[in-house]
Amino acid sequence: MHALTRRQVLGAGAGAAVVAGVGIPVSALADADETQKMIKEFAGGAAIKEGRVELDMPEIAENGNTVELGVSVDSPMSESDYVKDVIILADGNPNPGVATFHFTPLSGEASAVTRMRLAKTQNVYAVAKMSDGSVYMTKTTVKVTIGGCGG
Amino acid sequence: MLSRRDFLQVSCATAALLGAGRPLVAAAAGQKVTQDDLLAFEPLGNVTLLHITDIHAQLVPIYFREPSVNIGVGEVYGKPPHITGKAFLEKFGIEKGSSEAYALTSVDFQALARTYGRVGGVDRLSTLLKAIRAEREGRTLFLDGGDTWQGSYTSLKTGGADMVRVMNALKTDAMTAHWEFTYGTDRVEELIDELEFAFLAGNVRDTEWDEPVFDAISTFERGGVKIAVIGQAFPYTPIANPRYMIPEWSFGIREKEVQRNVDKARADGAELVVLLSHNGFDVDRKLAARVSGIDVILTGHTHDALPVAIEENGTLLIASGSHGKFLSRLDLDVRDGRLRDYRYRLIPILSDVIEPDPEITALVEEIRGPHKDELNRVLGRTESLLYRRGNFNGTFDDLICNALMAERDAQIALSPGFRWGATLLPGQEITVDDVYNMTAITYPNVYRNEMSGKLLKDVLEDVADNLFNPDPYYQQGGDMVRVGGMGYRIDPLKPIGQRISDMVLLETGEPIDPAKTYTVAGWASVNEGTQGPPVYDLVSDYLMREKVVNIRPNDHVKVAGI
Repeated sequence: MHALTRRQVLGAGAGAAVVAGVGIPVSALADADETQKMIKEFAGGAAIKEGRVELDMPEIAENGNTVELGVSVDSPMSESDYVKDVIILADGNPNPGVATFHFTPLSGEASAVTRMRLAKTQNVYAVAKMSDGSVYMTKTTVKVTIGGCGG
Repeated sequence: MLSRRDFLQVSCATAALLGAGRPLVAAAAGQKVTQDDLLAFEPLGNVTLLHITDIHAQLVPIYFREPSVNIGVGEVYGKPPHITGKAFLEKFGIEKGSSEAYALTSVDFQALARTYGRVGGVDRLSTLLKAIRAEREGRTLFLDGGDTWQGSYTSLKTGGADMVRVMNALKTDAMTAHWEFTYGTDRVEELIDELEFAFLAGNVRDTEWDEPVFDAISTFERGGVKIAVIGQAFPYTPIANPRYMIPEWSFGIREKEVQRNVDKARADGAELVVLLSHNGFDVDRKLAARVSGIDVILTGHTHDALPVAIEENGTLLIASGSHGKFLSRLDLDVRDGRLRDYRYRLIPILSDVIEPDPEITALVEEIRGPHKDELNRVLGRTESLLYRRGNFNGTFDDLICNALMAERDAQIALSPGFRWGATLLPGQEITVDDVYNMTAITYPNVYRNEMSGKLLKDVLEDVADNLFNPDPYYQQGGDMVRVGGMGYRIDPLKPIGQRISDMVLLETGEPIDPAKTYTVAGWASVNEGTQGPPVYDLVSDYLMREKVVNIRPNDHVKVAGI
């Protein structure tokens, strides 16, 4: 893989902006922006890395009113190296904040399950902050359909 | 696992076979095929997997036209099974006009149907099974991919019991499921009690405790080989079909669960791991790329029929068609806990040349006998080819849409893009049996609603994304919703929200106005409490009044960008 050049990034960014301008309602944009803002605030200036966080959600929700969510973070959970906080955000909900989980070394493992409501098809983010201040993130897309006739 | 190198060698061997002695190619255009031709197979190795899927309760021979349009998007664009017609024939080196061309494509379908006759019939299937079992004693495993208990008059009237009797009589070894679940929780549990073989679905969990509902794995020993069969039910059953009928069961692809089950099977000593799947072909191809340790995926749901095994990441994918039209035979050489070699044949069940097994013929007569008068009741006649399968409106769908609009006095009709439903040739009478083959579901009520132009567009976009999302894990595997009274343009390669355009009301020729409301009739709503007459009665009434139908292929759906 070649690293993206500045030019490619700008090009992709411009393309995305055009698409967003046409297809996505303004409110959704605001939610997506709000989500990114909340992630940045949570990270507190630390670089946001990929990996270590696993988000277990269905690809397509059976019922948008109650969608199961499992999150786990790979960590020794020792006194010197553990997961402190995990936030869950949904960028298409009126309020992106879903849940915050706090852990200590006594938690044994950094994992949690819950259920959430999803207003429509959207991205769900799980962001974990480690005891050394490093931050890891993953995201998944959950589709919420209105009609179905598979068969 | 097979290495890529092993597979290349196997592929070369297969290619040689194709060129030289491929059994069915012997049947040149119009040439007579015999039962022996259909059974011809040079045996290999110590295990024979026999696979059938998506029978849709078809007990007796029918016609079934394969799709002329089957578009793949994203990584699978233009790859099998997303090729049709002449391109399909060229890709697999099949002679035009041969029995294989008839079975696998829609090219010259009407003419070839007259030459080669009907396909399927469980008594013919039984004959093939018995012959192969005799030849490969102690080495065969017969697996059913599901969509077995639904799709006919007798399956609906007996609540699936007819098919349970038949599949028991055929000595099935294991099954998985999809439409089976549309009989509801209680009935499914009753029927599973009647089964003399395993019902496997590792991807179903109860909504309360998140615990497995069904067995995931069944182990067998055949030809000295320990085989694990893992069942994967249709992942989107509660979305594509009514969730209220199975409220305590939650589905999903659950890729990690599949990997866990594969690992467990291997740890327990399985030398061959088979996924008996109702995921749909593209989902299974992606799954094969991401889950390790599966030797064979017997695919289903999307009704694809491929004359070769497709290799993905060391896993063989088999596509055995639908409606009892094909039996797959996959011979495997498993030694020292590894799959070394394979040979595969998709056997078309050409009903006219296979001697029916009298024992199963008698069982079918016992099942259909009490309903004979109704099954054979003639409602009308068709002057044109009537079929459903394909990404967009088939002619039988247009007939149903016409009936919906006429009987419910609606401007627009919506009819589900199911992939099942037998074909009728021009000149054939249309019986009650035929109508149920297209409509036999447990939630048949035809609603009449007002919908805004905007909602209509949203529905079309939503269904189109279920079919054309570039990520197979987000596809549900049905075809596009069928539309009557309205035309539209679709660009499958665009993202959701941008695929559908130029929606037009056919009665006036005016564009659909997002703000206006339209009267819409439709069936197969997944919502509880849908009001209206059952679709099979409505279509029957319409046919009795019309007497003769003649449906030209639909040209109101314009496909762009392909």
